Amino acid sequence: MSAVTEEILSFEEAMEKYDPVLGFEVHVELNTKTKMFSSAPNVFGDEPNTAITPVDLGLPGVLPTVNKAAVESSIKIGLALGCKIAPSCTFARKQYFYPDTPKNFQTSQYEDPIAFDGSIDIELEDGTVFTVEIERAHMEEDAGKLTHMGGATGRIQGADFSLVDYNRAGVPLVEIVTKPIEGAGSRAPELAKAYVAAIREIVKNLGVSDAKMERGNVRCDANVSLRPYGQEKFGTRSETKNVNSLRAVERAVRFEIQRHAAVLDSGEKVVQETRHWHEDTRSTTSGRPKSDADDYRYFPEPDLLPVVTTEEWIEELRAQLPEPPAERRKRLKTDWGYSDAEFRDVVNAGVMDAIEETIAAGASAAVARKWWMGEVSRRAKEAEVDPVDVGVTPELIVELDKLVQAGKINDKLSRQVLDGVLAGEGTPEEVIEKRGLAVVSDDGPLLEAIDAALAAQPDVAEKIRGGKVQAAGAIVGGVMKATRGQADAGRVRELIFERLGVQG
Amino acid sequence: MSELTRHSAARLAEMLAAKEVTSVEVTQAHLDRIAEVDGNINAFLHVNTEEALAVAADVDKARAAGEDLPALAGVPIAIKDLIVTVGQPTTAGSKMLEGWMSPYDATVIKKIRAARMPMLGKTNLDEFAMGSSTEHSAYGPTRNPWDLGRIPGGSGGGSAAAVAAFEAPLALGTDTGGSIRQPAAVTGSVGVKPTYGGVSRYGAIAMASSLDQIGPVSRTVLDSALLHEVIGGHDPHDSTSLTDPVGSLVEAAKTGNVAGMKIGVIKELQGEGYDEGVLARFHESLDLLRDAGAEMVEVACPNFKYALGAYYLIMPSEASSNLAKYDGVRFGHRVLPAESPLTIERVMGATRAAGFGDEVKRRIILGTYALSAGYYDAYYGSAQKVRTLIQRDFDAAFAQADVLISPTSPVPAFKLGEKLNDPLAMYLNDVATIPANLAGIPGISIPGGLADGLPVGIQFLAPAREDARLYRAGHVLETLLEEKWGGPLLSQAPDLRQFSGAETTSGAK
Repeated sequence: MSAVTEEILSFEEAMEKYDPVLGFEVHVELNTKTKMFSSAPNVFGDEPNTAITPVDLGLPGVLPTVNKAAVESSIKIGLALGCKIAPSCTFARKQYFYPDTPKNFQTSQYEDPIAFDGSIDIELEDGTVFTVEIERAHMEEDAGKLTHMGGATGRIQGADFSLVDYNRAGVPLVEIVTKPIEGAGSRAPELAKAYVAAIREIVKNLGVSDAKMERGNVRCDANVSLRPYGQEKFGTRSETKNVNSLRAVERAVRFEIQRHAAVLDSGEKVVQETRHWHEDTRSTTSGRPKSDADDYRYFPEPDLLPVVTTEEWIEELRAQLPEPPAERRKRLKTDWGYSDAEFRDVVNAGVMDAIEETIAAGASAAVARKWWMGEVSRRAKEAEVDPVDVGVTPELIVELDKLVQAGKINDKLSRQVLDGVLAGEGTPEEVIEKRGLAVVSDDGPLLEAIDAALAAQPDVAEKIRGGKVQAAGAIVGGVMKATRGQADAGRVRELIFERLGVQG
Repeated sequence: MSELTRHSAARLAEMLAAKEVTSVEVTQAHLDRIAEVDGNINAFLHVNTEEALAVAADVDKARAAGEDLPALAGVPIAIKDLIVTVGQPTTAGSKMLEGWMSPYDATVIKKIRAARMPMLGKTNLDEFAMGSSTEHSAYGPTRNPWDLGRIPGGSGGGSAAAVAAFEAPLALGTDTGGSIRQPAAVTGSVGVKPTYGGVSRYGAIAMASSLDQIGPVSRTVLDSALLHEVIGGHDPHDSTSLTDPVGSLVEAAKTGNVAGMKIGVIKELQGEGYDEGVLARFHESLDLLRDAGAEMVEVACPNFKYALGAYYLIMPSEASSNLAKYDGVRFGHRVLPAESPLTIERVMGATRAAGFGDEVKRRIILGTYALSAGYYDAYYGSAQKVRTLIQRDFDAAFAQADVLISPTSPVPAFKLGEKLNDPLAMYLNDVATIPANLAGIPGISIPGGLADGLPVGIQFLAPAREDARLYRAGHVLETLLEEKWGGPLLSQAPDLRQFSGAETTSGAK
């Protein structure tokens, strides 16, 4: 599916000449038990066309009913985005013929969305904060999933036939629409990524969506337009559809800025259209023309009553909102005493929650970070999974740390104990017992090993006697090797100096 | 004809309860009557012999075992083929759904099953309930039992004719602009459009969601009340269904007096465009009610003159949307275009071109136009404003009167084919019934006598949720008229057996 190569300008040149304006429509799939307008289960990955009722198929005679849990999730999203909640709002039918839409209309909201006029602060990596204004967040239903068979491209054009799975049809969606975002300048691609990341984090934190972009739980349509600096009127926009990873959002916005700039530079006009993002070529291709006059023949859904939200209900939901992610991060960083860099690494590694739980279970902030960013991250990298999926629990870390603190094992041994626990050999205590991993601090066996090491390396022994105490490391190493790491290294060092009659 | 088919549902229920007759006997008598006369009437699109008799036998067994049974247990019923049923095809009178079997029951069908009423079959209708004559059925027209050369009204001509021809004591209809009441009027039967939301619409194939309502069809007012109590009530599957209790409709149908009741005569629903015979019967009814102690007042509904226009914007707009799902992708008819390319758009187009009849296409085109960007405010928007004005007219009228009265239809049954090529003339049949749908209020049509040998209907209207008033007023007028006639109007209908085997003049099956 290689894209037709289009002329692009370098990003730097584009930025010198043009001022980008962004806009986003992010669709969030809610994780309610049932669908937006039916009692069918809202599940991912079932056998095709099993998570359906007559309502989801749009069979003759069926009527929709509104899922209250989905309305509550929508209100929570609205509140988290600082929106006003409509005291009463209606559903509307958005009409177009397409086989993934069982009724050939989508039940959505048009004139009166449930939430409107909000804003969120987006913090870029260097700490710069952009405020993004939210125009509206409205409720609607997802479409089914088409799979085009037999064609070379996987697109409907050229396919022999298409399969339709209606399991996703009717899954509750909240569409979050921004107002035009001006003034981002060369930070536009970065802001795009950060905005989508923030939305994903917010809905995940609210618990209203699984928020997995790779599963399409959060899908972004990115609008880009350029205008010469100083011009007030917006340029013609393109809408890049379904950009489904954070990196892709950043790249797609960057590409579109470069492409628009080249079009404008050549004296042509940007075509108002949808674009498709291609990860392989890291470019977009033309979709369908889109004008503001697209006629969806919206009209109020006559089968549903208006959704009325009382003040009490909204306040009850507001009281259930968790701490906003940005505020929480600020609080945790201060509480834990991490440096900016340390904290950023923790966030990027996705172990902030795990560290919080580990601290809550009894570890110090430093120990929790050491484990999660050290040993656990190393194992995660090896296994190519997320650190939280390695199988290490906060409780296990606390237990291992206690054993180290008590001197029963050392750091090195603690990793072997962890191996044993993860291999299912039992509790840390049981693994120590079974594998014989306890630290050897009895002087008898240690002195034996020290004497052997000194005899094996007489030149080193001489150096130490001569006052080069740092040479003792080689002897310690020999002892550790001989005791398979189970010696208490500090005690070994003391005994070496004693044996050789020097001051350590 | 077995005498059993002449009885009202209420009388049959009494006889069944007293074990004077079995449900199998009653059901079989109606099935025999269908076999005898429906070749001429064409009220039924499907006859449900086996299931009906099985349900009847079950009821008889239960009764013999001394079980407590619902009031209408064992009394058979016919179902308008716009209502989905498991085990019987549902066509909506359209080629689009030929052979389609619903995997689910409409809520009213669940209630009919719970009431243990044998279903005799599915009745004919104008395609997707769009018409006033049943001539727009893809399965041939239904004929009026009073004159086989005439229409039985529409869209529920099948249900009305089945009841009027003694093929069923009861039937279900649907009423979007008069589809229960106008057929009742022109066949000499009783039909009720309940308050919008009074009966669940779940499983009634939608034409215009904000106007559609399921209701009873019968030969007596009491029978409609009995059936209304079976099918009414809140349904969680229908967000627009009312949460109010159904109310004591049967009791209201037995009250037997209108003394002190204020009856408003709607000035705008008489006069020009109304047949002389229709008006003569109407005025006779007004006199009878006045003599019975009702207080007659004239009420003005000045915005009714816009009702037909508003209706023919709102109804097609909603219908164009509701009928979008018939595209051959998931169920029903699928037609492949004769020439390539075989794209989804062309399959949808070919399916809809072949599957829908002209009247359905006409309304889809009208509605699509009315909802288009740039026209929406002028058409759909203005029509909704008219709707509000009509509701205000009713509010003002009901401030002066308990119920309102008018002729149900401006004309008696016309000849088959007479108005088929004149949609505007056809639409005018519903001029007196449409305002109730636009306002969501209930209405009843009862037989008002004959004009040139053809039945004329009298309509009562009541405020929303006051359906009981219809049964009270309707029953009183029915009693007064039957006293005057010396029996039910339908006893004057021709004996259909004389036509058996006879060739009819138009609209061959």
